[in-house]
Amino acid sequence: MKLKQLEGYLGDVAAFRDPKVQLEQYPTTAHLASRILYTAESSFGDIDGKSVVDLGCGCGMLSIAAAMMGAKSVLGIDVDEDALEIAQENIGEFELDDTVDLVKASLCAEAAGSGDERLALNEDLVLPMQRKFDTAVLNPPFGTKPGNKGIDLLFLQAACTMVEGAVYSLHKTSTRDFLVKKAQSWGFDCEVLAELKFDVPMMYKFHKKKSVDIEVDLLRLSRKNEQ
Amino acid sequence: MRLITHNMLKCHVKNCTDPNQQFPLRFKDVQLEQIEAERNDEFLVRMLPRLDWPALLTTSKELGYSLPQSIPENPQDKDEFLQALHTFILETHVKEGSMVCNGCSHEYKITNGIPNMLLAEHEI
Repeated sequence: MKLKQLEGYLGDVAAFRDPKVQLEQYPTTAHLASRILYTAESSFGDIDGKSVVDLGCGCGMLSIAAAMMGAKSVLGIDVDEDALEIAQENIGEFELDDTVDLVKASLCAEAAGSGDERLALNEDLVLPMQRKFDTAVLNPPFGTKPGNKGIDLLFLQAACTMVEGAVYSLHKTSTRDFLVKKAQSWGFDCEVLAELKFDVPMMYKFHKKKSVDIEVDLLRLSRKNEQ
Repeated sequence: MRLITHNMLKCHVKNCTDPNQQFPLRFKDVQLEQIEAERNDEFLVRMLPRLDWPALLTTSKELGYSLPQSIPENPQDKDEFLQALHTFILETHVKEGSMVCNGCSHEYKITNGIPNMLLAEHEI
């Protein structure tokens, strides 16, 4: 499939009807999703015939893009019932019921401590999925809302735990050095595939400007050879 | 939800009574649907080591499907086995019903094909 073709199809993926501030539900655009999945397949062969997991799948944009690029099996996980309902409708519209599964679950658990270290990985969900997928794709919450601090890192850690191969994820450029070090400590190499301007439209009351540009990296993390 | 996904889900209840009974979750009052999918042998063989075979076997018996006791040698050459596996893990969808933990009896509902693994406040 050509890139333009993929982007064109993905234009029909319905977005959040009523985005939730606390869950940092910014839609992944067709433009962005098509480029991520097209690159993952054409440059790295990480999608066609593979099993893919999409963390914080929202309305299913990345899951659908993965299936359209030839993923054999896709699992989308999200905590929000309303988003999953739209995702299920989208998957039906695209006739991808044979390829994409959805699960309602949280990647995070409340940690024992308090303050900034409030969130921990939900091991009951993540550990049974350890290295069960070839590839992960995700557009995680950036962790900028109070109470969400560190959630971007948790999503990335969950993704790294679940894959045998590579992880594609979007993160604020300001966190790059930190994430590269973290990736190393998990046994992954981290490469910046693209620097993007993330145009977050005015969806929430606290956005005073019409839209805010955030600098975002598209990262590819790949498991180092284990000898 | 297909059974390849069910094979990765265990009970999320903290202090679930018996850790050895948390997996696989037992199906209850389920509505199944077969949706045809293209068979990809290379994919199936690659997934084999990632499946929990005893759990898959338990689930297959529960739902009235037949899988061999263990993974045969040279699975890539066993057409009948690959077809049975393909049908079971990739074409069999659970649309409605629930999954029950054999340890603590917690019930996870499946609605419109989506299992709900979230727990209420008091269950965490």
